Amino acid sequence: MAGNVTAAIVGPGNIGTDLLAKLRGSTVLDVGYMVGVVESEGLTRARNQGITASAEGVDWLLRQDPLPEIVFEATSAAAHLANAPRYAEAGIQAVDLTPAHVGPMVCPAVNLTEHLAAPNVSMITCGGQATIPMVAAVSRVTPVPYAEIVASVASRSAGPGTRANIDEFTQTTARAVEQVGGAQRGKAIIILNPVEPPMIMRDTVFCMIPADADRAALIRSIHDMVADVQQYVPGYTLRAEPQFDEPRDDWRGHGRVAVFLEVKGNGDYLPPYAGNLDIMTAAAARVGALIAENKLAERGTRGAQGAQA
Amino acid sequence: MTGTEQAAGRPALRHDVRITDTTLRDGSHAMAHQFTESQVRDTVRALDAAGVEVIEVTHGDGLGGSSFNYGFSHTDETALIAAAREEAGQATIAVLLVPGIGTVDDLKRAHDAGAEMVRVATHCTEADVSPQHFAAARELGMETVGFLMMAHRTPPENLAKQARIMVDAGCQAPYVTDSAGALLMHEAKARFEALVAEVGDEAWVGYHGHQNLSLGVANSVLAYEAGVRYIDGSLCALGAGAGNTPTEVMAAVFDRLGISTGLDVLGLLDAAEDVVHPYLHRWPKMDRNAVVQGWAGVYSSFLLHAERAAERYKVPAHEILRRCGELGYVGGQEDMIIDVAIQLSNSRH
Repeated sequence: MAGNVTAAIVGPGNIGTDLLAKLRGSTVLDVGYMVGVVESEGLTRARNQGITASAEGVDWLLRQDPLPEIVFEATSAAAHLANAPRYAEAGIQAVDLTPAHVGPMVCPAVNLTEHLAAPNVSMITCGGQATIPMVAAVSRVTPVPYAEIVASVASRSAGPGTRANIDEFTQTTARAVEQVGGAQRGKAIIILNPVEPPMIMRDTVFCMIPADADRAALIRSIHDMVADVQQYVPGYTLRAEPQFDEPRDDWRGHGRVAVFLEVKGNGDYLPPYAGNLDIMTAAAARVGALIAENKLAERGTRGAQGAQA
Repeated sequence: MTGTEQAAGRPALRHDVRITDTTLRDGSHAMAHQFTESQVRDTVRALDAAGVEVIEVTHGDGLGGSSFNYGFSHTDETALIAAAREEAGQATIAVLLVPGIGTVDDLKRAHDAGAEMVRVATHCTEADVSPQHFAAARELGMETVGFLMMAHRTPPENLAKQARIMVDAGCQAPYVTDSAGALLMHEAKARFEALVAEVGDEAWVGYHGHQNLSLGVANSVLAYEAGVRYIDGSLCALGAGAGNTPTEVMAAVFDRLGISTGLDVLGLLDAAEDVVHPYLHRWPKMDRNAVVQGWAGVYSSFLLHAERAAERYKVPAHEILRRCGELGYVGGQEDMIIDVAIQLSNSRH
């Protein structure tokens, strides 16, 4: 649409393709470019949808006119670390779907509006997007000295990038459990399960809480947060009511709340079991849309000022 | 010196077979991760004196396993590794690392504390999450072993392909790891042969057994006959589920077969009886829950977690375990045990 913000997707794999499907419906943002480093089905799929696509990498993208204002990076952490300074130099805002963690970490249900002007925002990890809302739901009610998340994903939904550097997942997620979730200390575990038919993504969030924590308030807060996440991932559900454990000596006198989640994807391009990938693309699409709205609003302001001058 | 040839691939064998004792790692499951430093010191001294070449010391779920999901360690594993290193004379100290739980940073800390071998464990179809950790281990100059866990869950040919991925990444000894104690003798043999055929020229093949169907020792003998040269055991079978292949029994059997292990049978019997037996919370045995694990192919470490969930949610542990088997849960998914217990409990009320 004329006047919309132009965006590019770098990384035409499963994630990039699913993200494209989600962004096609945007009223503020147009995907102009899809970029890979080798010819691939993903580039062909994009061309079939009328998107200008190239296998010549970021060099090609940075030669385009107009340049995109937003780039979504769905490659690997290593690729994003190399590309991020180039986007910044060209004045392109980056939404990073890799675990590179260059810019501030964003989880839409928790801190969506905090970093809209940052040159680079990190979408953390799939497990982070799924679990950090629950950590935040607990930490906004009571102090959380320690939170631990366990993400179980179908083997088929874990791509070569995740597999080659699984430590990046655990470390980046653990940091985000602290910085975005609000736990004093965080830990993350990821399990790949090859069972057929593939299992839908499951996540468990354990939070250490004070012995006298207000359980009713915690339950309300958790349900409210689930509803917030459902706005962009409708298949985000609790498997059971939050489970409370009585305080224990070996938990330094603390109690525990455990939240059991299922994350079923929207099935836009990726199969519904790959809720881990869906929540990542849905979160990135939401962040991208808000950044675009921000840019359009700024333009409007500038336009208005120009008219006055 | 541990007599290894790091650069040249696999280390030379000192005996017909190289026994690794995992009382202080797999046994950690049965101890609910409550090992104390003095228990570790006493056990390492006894194992070392009885000629055990490799002693594994880690949280049951590997480095970084101390957690809500698996249970917090009584004593930090780094302290236990350092204590083991101090006590061991000839023995190599090994640690377990499960990618997705432990990280390369954890491995470096363990290496600093004195660990000389790492056993990198993945589900039997997910070996491609291990190269990062094998590379780091080789850079640290550590010996490497690869655990293909729940080996009953994939056919022999595919298990061999997964072993190939590990060996190409720097693994010196991929293992047929029967985490559920589910492999019947012909199934175990087919996997040993497949791995030996695929990587036997450049790496040693290993076997890690559980006693859920009582086949740990028998499968160890078949393993040796098939060319397997690294075999695991635990004193008093101390390990997850019905426990591991008892080291002292295996030593006696190999001695009778004339297969040299370097193990002192009487020394191991003393170690089991005098050192380990006194601190057992309970002697791992083939009770209903453990047999169900072998029968239904359930990760052995689920046992104590299922018993706790059974108590809290008032559903039988063996039903929880069977359901975990039906759903195909893999090692590390201990959180799903609570989920299964809640669902079973809801369906009854």
